[in-house]
Amino acid sequence: MTPTALIAEDEPLLSASLQAELAETWPELRIVASVGDGAQALQQALQLKPALCFLDIRMPGMSGLEVAQALAEDWPEDGTPFPLLVFITAYDQYAVQAFAAQAVDYLLKPVEPERLAQCCVRLQRQLAAREAPQAMQQAVDQLRALLGSAAPTFAAPKLEVIQAGVGATVHFVPLDEVIYFEAADKYVRVVTADKEHLIRLSLRELLPQLDETKFWQIHRGTVVQARMVTSATRDEAGKTHLSLRGRPEKLTASRLYAHLFKPM
Amino acid sequence: MYLSHSTFTWQHVLRHGLQVAVFNTLLWGLSLMANGTEHWDVELVYNQAIGLSIWSIIEAGRILLCEPGHAWPSWSRALPLIAGAIVVGWIVGSQVGNLYCGCSNWTFLSQSPRRLRSAIAFTIGASTVATYYFYSRGKALADREKLAAAERDATLARLSLLQSQLEPHMLFNTLANLRVLIAMDPARAQAMLDRLIAFLRATLTASRSASHSLAAEFERLDDYLELMSVRMGSRLSTQLTLPDELRDLPVPPLLLQPLVENAVKHGLEPKVEGGHIDVTAERHDGLLALSVRDSGLGLGAAESNGPGTQFGLRQVRERLHALYGERARFSIDALPDGGTLARITLPLDPPAP
Repeated sequence: MTPTALIAEDEPLLSASLQAELAETWPELRIVASVGDGAQALQQALQLKPALCFLDIRMPGMSGLEVAQALAEDWPEDGTPFPLLVFITAYDQYAVQAFAAQAVDYLLKPVEPERLAQCCVRLQRQLAAREAPQAMQQAVDQLRALLGSAAPTFAAPKLEVIQAGVGATVHFVPLDEVIYFEAADKYVRVVTADKEHLIRLSLRELLPQLDETKFWQIHRGTVVQARMVTSATRDEAGKTHLSLRGRPEKLTASRLYAHLFKPM
Repeated sequence: MYLSHSTFTWQHVLRHGLQVAVFNTLLWGLSLMANGTEHWDVELVYNQAIGLSIWSIIEAGRILLCEPGHAWPSWSRALPLIAGAIVVGWIVGSQVGNLYCGCSNWTFLSQSPRRLRSAIAFTIGASTVATYYFYSRGKALADREKLAAAERDATLARLSLLQSQLEPHMLFNTLANLRVLIAMDPARAQAMLDRLIAFLRATLTASRSASHSLAAEFERLDDYLELMSVRMGSRLSTQLTLPDELRDLPVPPLLLQPLVENAVKHGLEPKVEGGHIDVTAERHDGLLALSVRDSGLGLGAAESNGPGTQFGLRQVRERLHALYGERARFSIDALPDGGTLARITLPLDPPAP
């Protein structure tokens, strides 16, 4: 079977050149998509299910790491092996250290032909050896470690209340009462037992301001207050469903965060 | 407070005390040579007790009375302190000596005005010499520290300026593009390399020259934007507007650079569809008005990208303030359709040197 690949790189010359150099070092590899932003990368990868994804880290919209996280969360359970990921970066010290520590493939720009050839050999070996369930589990473990260490975190002051504006009024919601936060486009939904508010903030901006021991991220778009969870149930497909104190709906923890809900 | 550590530590106090004791012993030796060695032990006790009493009062007063960041109080406080210390220290030290020998030095001294005069002169003289010694040493030390701190601050400022301008991510991506162009389109690669060289040269020399012409400023911006448009392709469009009559006006070098970089880095580069950047110079009410307008993600997005943006803006603000004081204005605003507008107004005449 011909191996397939997706390239996500926002700089047109660099994208064209990577494609050309891959054609030279790995002629059998077929590039099924070449995209310039993170959202397209995610959508195309889920649709075309390539064997490899080359992801630039800094891209407009979503970063390469965010694409990888979303892919790992949304990848179907139908046995299609999870793609091998290769991150590309010009200069991200933290990320590079984390990649090296997790044995994740990465390329530094400008890409040296020799380094690319080594990388291709490694990928070919991994493609030949891999089996779908292990590939998924390995990717999940690596990404979990990467997400924990790759992003430099700014020590932000912790919030006590959420100030949510509605028209000319600002509602004060004590953080203790929040059951969960959910990302909704450019907003975050703040859900309490009896109310919902929208705040103009991304989840990425909100996260550093929350106490991580109390508020657990369970999906790229969901953060739940741990003491508001009454039970967690794992279904056959491996998804973890959470029941909540004071809310009828259930939340789903992605496979990246399922390990948080093991029994003691 | 960069001098505070020289103001008070027990180690310093102990060292000063030992120096005073050595000084007292030397004086004692001199007085033995002059007056004979009959009561050498009594002389030594008086000498050390009075000397150390005076010193400890001055030392304590110095530490308590001085302003934070200084080693000594002002003269108006130091002189009464020293005078008071001599009187009180002499009385206290004498009591210690009286206890040791079981006699009274006051009775001894008051028998002869000559003895009394020479004892007073001796105490005042010795105290003045010792105080002057500590004062001049402390001052020299403080001056040296102040100089070192100023040098360190200046070096740090220069380094962070350079670091903000020579952003490694920008540099390596530009080099990666250049590497591709060399094989694909050597003429374009050469043109890009020339731009990069001009950009690097301007960045490295900007901190050393006081001003250049507005035309030169716009050329440097053009270099940077040209490099970025090779990288971003059709996602970036730019327009620079500089009327001929303003070309020769002097401006601080790379004043607009951080604003243009912010617009690209936080406004346009992270925006999926890219956008437009406009840099304009115009004469307005007898002032020079410079503006950088972009159609990027806007101020909110830039702030969430961490402290980098703030640093660039602070740097512009501080430079303007240092060069023009209240005569320059700087503002940065969100545009209603989502972009950002940064504006600087400067007097038309050159900044005061």
